[in-house]
Amino acid sequence: MSIIVRDDGFHKDSWEADGGLFIDLEKFGQDVASKAPDKTALDIPNDVSAHSLTGLFNNVAMIRIPFPSFADGRGFSIAKQLRQIGYEGRLRAFGHVIADQYGFARTCGFDEVEISEELAERQPQEQWLARLPKDNLSYQKKLLAEREMRNA
Amino acid sequence: MYEYNQFDHDFVRNRVREFRAQVERRLDGSLTEDEFKPLRLMNGLYLQLHAYMLRVAVPYGTLNSRQMNQLAYISEKWDKGYGHFTTRQNIQYNWPKLKDVPDILDALADVEMHAIQTSGNCVRNVTADHFAGAAADEIEDPRPTAELLRQWSMDHPEFQFLPRKFKIAITGAPNDRAVTKAHDIGLRMVRNENDEPGYEVIVGGGLGRTPMVGKVARDFLPKADLLPYVEAILQVYNLNGRRDNKFKARIKILVHETGIETLREMIEEVFETQKALHIPPSEEMVKAIEAQFQPPEFDAGPVDEEKLAAAIESDPLFKSFMETNVHEHFDPNHAIVTISLKPIGGTPGDATADQMRVMANLAEAYAYDELRVSHEQNIILPHVRRDDLPEVFERLREAGLATANVGLITDMIACPGMDYCALATARSIPVAQEISNAFEDIKAQHDIGPLKIKISGCINACGHHHVGHIGILGLDKAGVESYQITLGGDGTETATIGERAGPGFSYEEIVPAIQRIVERYVEIREGVDETFLETYRRVGAEPFKNALYPETV
Repeated sequence: MSIIVRDDGFHKDSWEADGGLFIDLEKFGQDVASKAPDKTALDIPNDVSAHSLTGLFNNVAMIRIPFPSFADGRGFSIAKQLRQIGYEGRLRAFGHVIADQYGFARTCGFDEVEISEELAERQPQEQWLARLPKDNLSYQKKLLAEREMRNA
Repeated sequence: MYEYNQFDHDFVRNRVREFRAQVERRLDGSLTEDEFKPLRLMNGLYLQLHAYMLRVAVPYGTLNSRQMNQLAYISEKWDKGYGHFTTRQNIQYNWPKLKDVPDILDALADVEMHAIQTSGNCVRNVTADHFAGAAADEIEDPRPTAELLRQWSMDHPEFQFLPRKFKIAITGAPNDRAVTKAHDIGLRMVRNENDEPGYEVIVGGGLGRTPMVGKVARDFLPKADLLPYVEAILQVYNLNGRRDNKFKARIKILVHETGIETLREMIEEVFETQKALHIPPSEEMVKAIEAQFQPPEFDAGPVDEEKLAAAIESDPLFKSFMETNVHEHFDPNHAIVTISLKPIGGTPGDATADQMRVMANLAEAYAYDELRVSHEQNIILPHVRRDDLPEVFERLREAGLATANVGLITDMIACPGMDYCALATARSIPVAQEISNAFEDIKAQHDIGPLKIKISGCINACGHHHVGHIGILGLDKAGVESYQITLGGDGTETATIGERAGPGFSYEEIVPAIQRIVERYVEIREGVDETFLETYRRVGAEPFKNALYPETV
C-alpha cells in the first residue's frame, strides 16, 4: 500500500479504492473513451514530451510521473513544463523521491508524492513536513517571478 | 564586493540547519548512504581516499580579508592548518571530520560564505575572470552577472538532480582568462552594433575524458534575457542529457550527439516559453547587485615612480617579480599582483593558515581589502598602488609567497591526484614538485618564458591537461603509473585541445621527457620573444616528438 505525502502529512492512497484507475500512456488511446475523466489517472514515462500530452489534459484527473531513482531529476522538468503549458489537474510524483526533495517537487508543480511503505517508515512524516517549500527562501521566486497568467 | 542582505543570510543559515539534520538522519538510518551521498555532495562534502574533503565556494573567486582570515581559522580549528585553492576558484580542506562539518558551515556563514553546490550533479560555483574589476582590458565587470547566476542557481528546485555536474564561467574581457570555451556554459560579455550590453553564449565545452571546445549557441543575448535563456539550456539538458552512462552525461555529449543547430532550436523554443511566463529580475535588483561591485575609491595621489624604479634597480628578485607577477590595472596608479602558490618544490595551490593571514593582512593594508582566487591556483591582490609594490613584495618574501613565476613553467596546475583523490589513477603533485625542482632557477624560467604545464592524475582532467601548452595525464597501466603528454593546448580565447605526443612515460621518465621538450623549444624558437605555444604553432608537433622519442628518429 502506497503512502501519499501532501503538505498536511501522510495519507493512505485512496485513488483506486474510490474507483480511480491508472492507465499507461501507451494504452490510453484504447481505453479512454469508456473512462470518466474524473476517475482517470495517466501514467507517463519520464522521457515523454510534456507538449505531446496537451490533447489529453481534459480527459484525465491526474498525471503520475515516475522517479525510478531519486537521482533522476527529469520528473521535475516534466512537471514544470506541464504546469507551464496549462495542465491544472492533479500531479503526482511516484517512486523514489526522498523527503529532502519534497520542496523541490512541490515548487516544480507536483501536488503530492507517492512513496512506498518502506520509505515512509524510514523517513517518517515529520521529515517531509520539515521540507515544505519555503517561498521566502527561494532565490528563483525572487529573481524570476511567475507572471500572473490566469487573470484573463 | 557583494555583501549579503538578510535574505542571503537567512538562506545560508537555513541550508546549514538542513545539512545538520541530514547528517543526523544519515546516522539514525533515515537516509541510506546512497541517498546521503548527493546531499552531502551538494553541500561540498566529498569522501576521498583517506578522509572527507570539504570544498568551500569562493563565488567568482572574490574574497575580502575577513573571509580569508576565517578560512585560515577553519583550517586550524578543524583541519591540519592549511587549505588547497582549486582550479574552480574554490578552497578545499582535506581532513575535516563529518561531525564537524555543520559547524564549519556555520563558521563560513558567519563571514557570508558557504559550500553549496561545489559538488554534485547541479549547477556548480560560477567562475569568472580572476582579474575582474581590475584588468586594463576589461569591457565590463563580469561579477554582477556571476552573482546573479549564483543566486539563481542556489537550490534551484528543477536542477538539483541533473544528468551530471554543470559549470558556468564568465568573462568581461577579450583576453579570456576564465577558460569559457571549456565550460558547460561559457559567457562572454559583448556589445551589439547598437552598443547594448549582452553575452555571447557558448555551450558544450568541457575537458574530462572527451575534451571539447564549446560551440556558440547565441552570438548575442541581451542582458535582460540571461536567466530565462540559461533556464532554457538547463531544462533542455535536464530532459535530454544522457543518464545511461556517467561518462556521456555532460552537456557537451548532448551537443555533440544532437548537433548544435538542433539543440539551439530546442533551447530557443523553451526560452520563448520561459520568457513569456517569467518576469526577469527587475532593473533595481540588477542595479543593486551591480552597485556592490563598484571599484573602490582609488587613491589618486601621485605615484612615487622613482621609489619603484629604485627598488626594481636594486633587487633582481623584485625585478623578476615585477615582470611576471604584476599586471596592468585599468587605473594607471595601480597594478594587479598575483601571489604565486607554486613555490619551488611545493604543492600547487596549497597555503598554510599563516600564509592566508599574511595575504589577508596585505589585502587589508594595500589592496582595498580585496583578494581573488584564480583558476590557476594563485591568489590575486587586485588593486595595489604601484609605489606600494616594493613593500608588498617584501612582506610576501618574508612569508615564502614571493615566487616570481606566474605564467612560467613552474606555475603549474596540478590536481590532487593519488595523494588525496579516490578517482586518481596516478600521482600529480609529486610530478609537479619534481618538474618544479628541475626548473627551479628563476632566471632560466624567465628565459624559457610563458609556458603552461597542466597535470591531471586521471582521465577526468581536473588539472586541465587538455588545455596546457604541455599537458600531462597520469594513467594506470597494469598497476604502473604511465604519463601521457599532450602538446599545444590552449585555454584562452584561442582555445585548443592539446594533441597526444605518443606513448606514455613512466614516473621516472616523465620529468626528463618534459626537459627534452623544453630544451628542443629553446633550440628552435625564433628569438626569445617567440613563446612555446607560438613555436609549437609554427613548427607543429614533429620536432617535439623527435625530442621525446629519439629512438624512433
